[in-house]
Amino acid sequence: MKRILVIGATSAIATACCRLWAEQGHEFFLVARDAEKLQQTAQDLEARGAKSVNSFTMDVLDTPQHALMLQQCISTHRQIDIALVAHGTLPDQTACEQDAELALQEFSINGSSVISLLSLLAEQFTLQRCGSLAVISSVAGDRGRPSNYLYGSAKAAVSAFCEGLHARLFKIGVHVITIKPGFVDTPMTQGLTLPKVLVVPPEYVAKQIVSAINNKKAVLYTPRFWALIMLIIRSIPNFIFKRLNL
Amino acid sequence: MSQLVASWGGYPAVKQSITACTWRAETAKQIMTQQQSHASTLAFGNGRSYGDSCLAASHHALGMNTLNRFITVDWQQGLVTAEAGVTLADILRIAIPNGWFLAVTPGTQFVTLGGAIANDVHGKNHHVRGTFGCHVEQFGLLRQEQMLNCSAQENPELFSATIGGLGLTGIITWATIRLIPIQSAHIDCKTVRFNNLDEFFELSNTLDAQHEYSVAWIDCLAAGKQTGRGVFMMGDHAQYGDLQHKTAAKLSVPLTPPVSLINTYSLRAFNHLYWHKHPKKLTVTRSDYEPFFYPLDRILHWNRIYGRKGFQQYQCVIPENTAADAIKELLQCIAKSGRGSFLAVLKRCGDIASPGLLSFPMAGTSLALDFAHDAKLQTELFQTLDNIVHHAGGRLYPAKDAHMRATDFQQAYPGWQRLEQLRDPAMQSLFWQRVTR
Repeated sequence: MKRILVIGATSAIATACCRLWAEQGHEFFLVARDAEKLQQTAQDLEARGAKSVNSFTMDVLDTPQHALMLQQCISTHRQIDIALVAHGTLPDQTACEQDAELALQEFSINGSSVISLLSLLAEQFTLQRCGSLAVISSVAGDRGRPSNYLYGSAKAAVSAFCEGLHARLFKIGVHVITIKPGFVDTPMTQGLTLPKVLVVPPEYVAKQIVSAINNKKAVLYTPRFWALIMLIIRSIPNFIFKRLNL
Repeated sequence: MSQLVASWGGYPAVKQSITACTWRAETAKQIMTQQQSHASTLAFGNGRSYGDSCLAASHHALGMNTLNRFITVDWQQGLVTAEAGVTLADILRIAIPNGWFLAVTPGTQFVTLGGAIANDVHGKNHHVRGTFGCHVEQFGLLRQEQMLNCSAQENPELFSATIGGLGLTGIITWATIRLIPIQSAHIDCKTVRFNNLDEFFELSNTLDAQHEYSVAWIDCLAAGKQTGRGVFMMGDHAQYGDLQHKTAAKLSVPLTPPVSLINTYSLRAFNHLYWHKHPKKLTVTRSDYEPFFYPLDRILHWNRIYGRKGFQQYQCVIPENTAADAIKELLQCIAKSGRGSFLAVLKRCGDIASPGLLSFPMAGTSLALDFAHDAKLQTELFQTLDNIVHHAGGRLYPAKDAHMRATDFQQAYPGWQRLEQLRDPAMQSLFWQRVTR
């Protein structure tokens, strides 16, 4: 039995992961912003076999709440075996270009709040000297593309932070994994026109995430072909890259 | 991402755009948005309806398979409450280890709970348990921005109209169903082959009452004295064994061939081998529940084998007193045409009444088989078959249909006018437009 903390628990990818874990009878501490959605997610996991589900309503922008949340999680479960940080939004790039306030807020949701949470979690994991810290970043963080660079820059911050944290915590037996999903068919991508062959359901991604956590991988591109796509995109020389509309 | 979907049969060849519903509380607003921009919409579950009953008249449907959370489960009483997009496979996955099974299951576990109610599906135990709707305790119906609880006691008229109501009374957002207890995940099976239709009816008369499940495979190409030869299969939940839920590895048809792979030659060869493979004498075996109930679920995208033009299923039920003659006549016409499908199914339905207003099954015999679509199918073969069904007082199954005549439908389903009165104006399907003209 594992004790699992999930931040952004009502997101489609997080839910799909939780369902796989629930079938194995694990314990959950779920965190999300919307109390009603959180409760519906908790009920679903209980029915699917979770040993117990506790919930905490929190907006990730409310930084002082982060410590409180973690405190409550620890007092309920005593330790964390897996922490999945999965919250995020997909900002409207054009709107962010015209509104610096909005750009900063979106950066906070997708970048700064994750750094705050990871810093607190790192303290707890240092104390524990065991456990897995899984963070959902994105392939978008691998290169700043004109269509999506605000989101990309926040995710780049997260990816770099995780890489450093991984090297720091590895030495004491704590595992950190950076998860970089490609296009996933979720409410976040509803309304986008994406090439159909590249889009996968959240259940597909969840299976790979759960097994990568088990296998203590450092970085997971999911689906795996994104590793190749991003390798190509990273290799495009700048004099060509700047002329593309990726 | 919005996606394009088609019905299971791929005919009519209509692609629909889908807006996914993810949260119960947001669905009402999504219906309103659809209604404002496209006049009407329709719930689309897992896309297992064969014809046009799952296709929105506006070509803009609401995707329900993402509304797939369990709400409560009661393993003491065998009650499951879940959102409408949960599939029967999801339910079995958690119910079997706890010693419960679906009271009624159709031939695929990949249908949603909402779809099973809206089409009032039935299975191999219709003669003892009736339809899926007989085991629905209550459901939530979202209709004209109102969330209504429907059961036999509360809003009974909408309860009845929604069961088998083809999604037209509103959107089913959640439902509570009763399960049946099992001791093991295995099925005790009995199989025996029969030489013609008369033998089928004899077997069915003596054996149906003794078993929970009964169904027959028939060789749709056998003619003359052998018309209606086939294999009779019975099953019961095994009393002993484990309650492990196992999912067999799935095969998949990776792409759609330009033409149907099912033709007279491949079919004749298949049927010949399959019939001869089965023993003359009654044989007892044991099977996992998956291959017994869902043989075709093993092959993902099996509908692709019929090629780009798609296929149509013909499923009719003929009342008891005219069944023997009418089924024989139907099979003779089909054999003469040289067309049909490997999987052709004959099933004796019982007389348990469904709460549904437009439920398909009735006491009698049901015949179902697939035909690769082509332009002549409807104008020639289906015309002849329809006439036989009509004269015998039978009817066709809306969930499988893409061709039924409006006059036949209206005569066979006298409740249709009541359903039209109770229809949520925000819901309209291509099927309903076609048969209520």
